[in-house]
Amino acid sequence: MKLAYWMYAGPAHIGTLRIASSFKNVHAIMHAPLGDDYFNVMRSMLSRERNFTPVTTSVVDRNVLARGSQEKVIDNITRKDTEEAPDLIVLTPTCTSSILQEDLQNFVERAQLDAQGDVMLADVNHYRVNELQAADRTLQQIVQYYLAKAQKKGELPGDKTEQPSVNIIGMTTLGFHNNHDATELKRLMAELGIQVNQVMPEGASVKNLKNLTRAWFNLVPYREIGPLTAQYLQSEFDMPYVDITPMGIIDTARCIRAIQKVLNQQGASADYEQYIDNQTQFVSQAAWFSRSIDCQNLTGKRAVVFGDSTHAAAITKILAREMGIKVVLAGSYCKYDTDWFTQEVGEYCDEVLISEDHGAIADKIAQLEPAAIFGTQMERHVGKRLDIPCGVIAAPIHVQNFPVGYRPFLGYEGANQVVDLIYNSFTLGMEDHLLEIFGGHDTKEVITKTVSAESDLSWSKDGLAELNKIPGFVRGKVKRNTEKFARDRGFSEITAEVLYAAKEAVGA
Amino acid sequence: MTLANTQPQALEFDCDTGNYHTFCPISCVAWLYQKIEDSFFLVIGTKTCGYFLQNAMGVMIFAEPRYAMAELEEGDISAQLNDYEELKRLCLQIKRDRNPSVIVWIGTCTTEIIKMDLEGLAPRLEAEIGIPIVVARANGLDYAFTQGEDTVLAAMAHRCPSEAPQLESEKEERGGITKLLNFGRKKEDVAAEQSDYVDHPPLVLFGSIPDPVVTQLSLELKKQGIQVSGWLPAKRYTELPVIAEGNYVCGINPFLSRTASTLMRRRKCKLIGAPFPIGPDGTRAWIEKICSVFGIEPQGLEEREAKIWESVEDYVKLIRGKSVYLMGDNLLEISMARFLVRCGMTVHEIGIPYMDKRYQAAELNLLAQTCAEMGVPAPKIVEKPDNYNQIKQIMELQPDLVITGMAHANPLEARGITTKWSVEFTFAQIHGFGNTRDILELVTRPLRRNENLKGLGWNQLVKEEANV
Repeated sequence: MKLAYWMYAGPAHIGTLRIASSFKNVHAIMHAPLGDDYFNVMRSMLSRERNFTPVTTSVVDRNVLARGSQEKVIDNITRKDTEEAPDLIVLTPTCTSSILQEDLQNFVERAQLDAQGDVMLADVNHYRVNELQAADRTLQQIVQYYLAKAQKKGELPGDKTEQPSVNIIGMTTLGFHNNHDATELKRLMAELGIQVNQVMPEGASVKNLKNLTRAWFNLVPYREIGPLTAQYLQSEFDMPYVDITPMGIIDTARCIRAIQKVLNQQGASADYEQYIDNQTQFVSQAAWFSRSIDCQNLTGKRAVVFGDSTHAAAITKILAREMGIKVVLAGSYCKYDTDWFTQEVGEYCDEVLISEDHGAIADKIAQLEPAAIFGTQMERHVGKRLDIPCGVIAAPIHVQNFPVGYRPFLGYEGANQVVDLIYNSFTLGMEDHLLEIFGGHDTKEVITKTVSAESDLSWSKDGLAELNKIPGFVRGKVKRNTEKFARDRGFSEITAEVLYAAKEAVGA
Repeated sequence: MTLANTQPQALEFDCDTGNYHTFCPISCVAWLYQKIEDSFFLVIGTKTCGYFLQNAMGVMIFAEPRYAMAELEEGDISAQLNDYEELKRLCLQIKRDRNPSVIVWIGTCTTEIIKMDLEGLAPRLEAEIGIPIVVARANGLDYAFTQGEDTVLAAMAHRCPSEAPQLESEKEERGGITKLLNFGRKKEDVAAEQSDYVDHPPLVLFGSIPDPVVTQLSLELKKQGIQVSGWLPAKRYTELPVIAEGNYVCGINPFLSRTASTLMRRRKCKLIGAPFPIGPDGTRAWIEKICSVFGIEPQGLEEREAKIWESVEDYVKLIRGKSVYLMGDNLLEISMARFLVRCGMTVHEIGIPYMDKRYQAAELNLLAQTCAEMGVPAPKIVEKPDNYNQIKQIMELQPDLVITGMAHANPLEARGITTKWSVEFTFAQIHGFGNTRDILELVTRPLRRNENLKGLGWNQLVKEEANV
């Protein structure tokens, strides 16, 4: 048992659901008790989805506990199959089903006999993997399933596309700025003259998965979701992949050079050097920004970075290499990926911290007193408490991290966005600091003469006690309205009863 | 249906598949830890439970809440670790860091399935560490959303003292609400005060509501000469009310049926079965019922109700004649529907997770009666609804308002259906005469929003035919 208040990565089934609901016309059925479909709320609220989230629950209740699911799961699968005719139904185990140890694979096989669409059991174990690992695994599982199926039917296209082409793997629903990143990568590929064969899982159809092998290579922008699929495609179909995250000017260039190499090995004659130079020096603002006088002021400022492997590593490198900021601590909550992360950031920061305990990170931040933090929503709140500005660079995230405007983190436009994010965090911090030194914009002793300040009315103790229960931000208004009410009615003392009478009468 | 026919029609009940969206009952810790100020809630479950809590509670999680997960690991599931030792370790840590007056263990689906004997472990550990441990099984196998509070209060009902402590100093500590109402007054004054009240057997109200609403409802009863001798729960665990055999109890929320039966069967209390004080009609009926039990002639209630209705006419006219569909997720549905019918709305269907016809009997009668009086057909009540079927029905009926969970709100809005999140009614102050405006504020908000955006012509914001 572990005492826990907060977790960075969600439970395994969330990862599976993220993959399933990213695909078009794929439905997930959770084998779970009532209330475990909170995923639907998150998808509907955080990413403001217009469509119903294609996730339902085959409810585990007392009856199931007593007699087993029996036909229930199968009925739910076939029902959904007729109702919505999905291409694929993914039966999703949860923490509950993993201890019930029902033979879900058997349910899937039996449901498959009646269902028109495909049915599959997600191969994830709640107690062994987290959201991110489960997502990575489920994506690979689905790809493998459809490629094997196509191979068996002899439908697998043997050829490659005429022009160089790419699959972009790892874009998911509820992923941090994933939809903007996908747009930016597509734009980047277009500028490099590379066709985008498929982006997945977000917006992809499982029917098209058999065409994956037509691409010349795979691009896996995120460390957390996609590598298993890319590795599988490489070992089974000999497809090379590039897994350098194009975040920041330097790594975007590295990524493009890796793509160039992969293409040229297959007989293309790609030369992107000029494109990289032009983008870096003249089109993108990030490189110029590093040279500008503003960025000079950031030299040697201390920052703490924490997030998932991909974003924490990339931001650490951007801060250290591209902006001359001193990263005193870089950390990640992807414990299972410790070696990779340590190797990536080792030379760019003073200290590496791999932990899933938000308290440990908060303590570190308090000790190190950086000028700015780049972390998740949790670090943002730590920053608030300690009065240190924070830029959010990774999940877990809130609704404000699903901006409506175009905010990629990847590619050249992404580099611009990251520069803004970093710079704004620091200036705000500096401004705050200056205000503190000079005692703020205004002198502190401002005497406001409100209506109530010169009031002739007295408040009884119980009246005051009730007033103090009213949240601070509306208390003033309630006080004024109540006093006005009391004056109009000729009450001399305001008791709790008067307060509530006023609320009824004037909505105070 | 003509207005002349005011004979209540029998309500129609149905039960569907139970494939609906609701919050897990462990969510009750979010409002209970705030209500009971000296408590600590320990949810014994998995990452799934923790993930739900941290996301559903939003910003509250950052305020150093007095709740935490005892996250079960593989060793706990396979019993390689000793439950007692593990819980002891965590509870000692909680005692050291927070020193609460009570630790509430929330049992979850996992503790049910692996049959962790929380009720058996608690008394032993309680004796060992010296902090009361209350066990509530608020799990998704058995309960929905607000029923979580019911399980906690039912467990707390056992802990209420059965007689007032003898010590004078301790007397001061108890009876939080009486003390509050007598705030700062001398003992003699208080004694004089007592004459404001009619002589009636002790009355304890149950249900967790914010303190301002507690005061409002207590004052409301005081006007009729009725003294509330305590609330379950009180502001602090150490102030749990005295409950003796033969006391009267009355619920203020429709989802408290276990608490009601515990108070009746185990504490030998008499339950006043009344409609719930939601909306001015409900509040009046609630007070009238309590008065009638104590043989009191209620004073000025009719005028008071009329006055409230008058004061909210600007809101009521926005919804009068409109239709509403309640998908069902928090058990407030019957009371809400009754209130909305009184406001002049037509109710298509009332979905509800669980329908205790005995505990809600008075509320159901009032609903049937209200429908008859307002001349609208009595709605069908669907227990354990099926969201898929409901959404199909909603697309056909095109109601003016759908009260629903957050999973369906945005998709329905995108299809031109106006929605209100049901969860808000759980957290808003909706009880008593004085909060009528607040409920209507919530109910009419989407309609007022529509009014503001009307004429833009962007009602249908999905391309394909509603792909439910």
